Amino acid sequence: MLQPHVIAVTGLNATDNPAPGVGVLRSLRADARPGDRLVGLAYDALDPGIYAEDLVEDVFVLPYPSSSGDAYLSRLEYVHERAGLDVIIPTLDAEMPAFIALQPRLRAMGIAMLLPTREQLDLRSKATLPRLGARADIDVPRTAVLTSAQELAHVHERVPYPLLVKGLFYGATLAHTHEEAVAAFHKAAAQWGLPVIVQECVQGEELNVMGVGDGEGGLWSAVPMKKLMLTDKGKGWAGITIRDPELVATAERFVRETHWRGPFEVEVIRDRSGRYWLIEINPRFPAWVHLATSAGVNMPRAVARLAAGERPAPQPDYEVGVMFVRISLDQVARLEDLERVLTAGEICRREHERPTRPLVGAA
Amino acid sequence: MTHAQLQNLAISETGFVFDPRTGATFTLNPAGLTVLVALRDGLALDGIVARVHERFEAVPAGSARQDVVEFVQLLRQHGLVPASFTV
Repeated sequence: MLQPHVIAVTGLNATDNPAPGVGVLRSLRADARPGDRLVGLAYDALDPGIYAEDLVEDVFVLPYPSSSGDAYLSRLEYVHERAGLDVIIPTLDAEMPAFIALQPRLRAMGIAMLLPTREQLDLRSKATLPRLGARADIDVPRTAVLTSAQELAHVHERVPYPLLVKGLFYGATLAHTHEEAVAAFHKAAAQWGLPVIVQECVQGEELNVMGVGDGEGGLWSAVPMKKLMLTDKGKGWAGITIRDPELVATAERFVRETHWRGPFEVEVIRDRSGRYWLIEINPRFPAWVHLATSAGVNMPRAVARLAAGERPAPQPDYEVGVMFVRISLDQVARLEDLERVLTAGEICRREHERPTRPLVGAA
Repeated sequence: MTHAQLQNLAISETGFVFDPRTGATFTLNPAGLTVLVALRDGLALDGIVARVHERFEAVPAGSARQDVVEFVQLLRQHGLVPASFTV
């Protein structure tokens, strides 16, 4: 009989640019075993996922991973003491280095994760993507890695205009002129530090594929998706699963070359000639993760099982033509839950910890 | 012989078409649906024109052939058949 798990998930921000956490929780909940418990790990008191009572039982607020490593570990130790974690699924780029560094200590505490090594994480960074592309036989648009705005004066000799100016972790601004590129450089550097990446803007269709690497060079599963609608921030607000063997093969080559361990998302542009250009590799689930679950492949559940030492059989098949359309809805939340998050930094619904009287002054 | 791309299209009776390769969707009027299904059935131009006339008596004799040729051009433009596809 399969053992239940206590699984913690980060990334509970679900606003107009949602993190993957709520989608991961939905997938885990869809395939919950008797005795399973889902725990949310939040960074902000108004992260919407905190208040999704149907998805998550307990919630704990964490300090930002950029804060002291000791403070971060100490808080995780407390959460483990309270909730008895079996698995953690991190879903945010910014916290990956911290969790990777803490993996041995968390493992010693009995908490499993399915994460890449620091080397693997760095290999798919925007700054080193061309090198990965060469190794894995995946085309990458012309790219320059810059550490000063002065380098922009001659970057057009390597990367033609219009070009994309990208922060190390997030963001991309299209620049048609040197002046625009300089402004975008400073903005990216201020937000994410150096280096700043400059990349050729390839015209074509944007496609995404989400998958899980087993850490041994094998692809556990991959599901490609085409965005049907974009927000003004360029985020997919609707999408559909497609049949794209070349895109799946790209994911396979990435996993085989890196021996990637854990979830990932590969973003490509398919140009008019049908050539695939690697744009980015995200080292975690995307926000549309639940689409793959709806197409028959529950990757969050697989990650939890693989992390816990189980060996679920790979799932290469999925249903084509499954669509998602994201919705904004006003989730009603309890004022008492906000109180608990702000004052205690946690909510433990499973212990039915509710105040015995309403907040004084509440209407 | 019917091109593989045509065989992979999901086509509903109401004229809704989904290309699983690209995720693109289209809607067809009844005449377009008739032609696309005939193409997928592997009919040559004469056979497609004959089917159009069977279904739509009011179509003038001369125009159906040209309409089918132009429709195939639309399919090429939208990537539903390769650029080299002819009927």
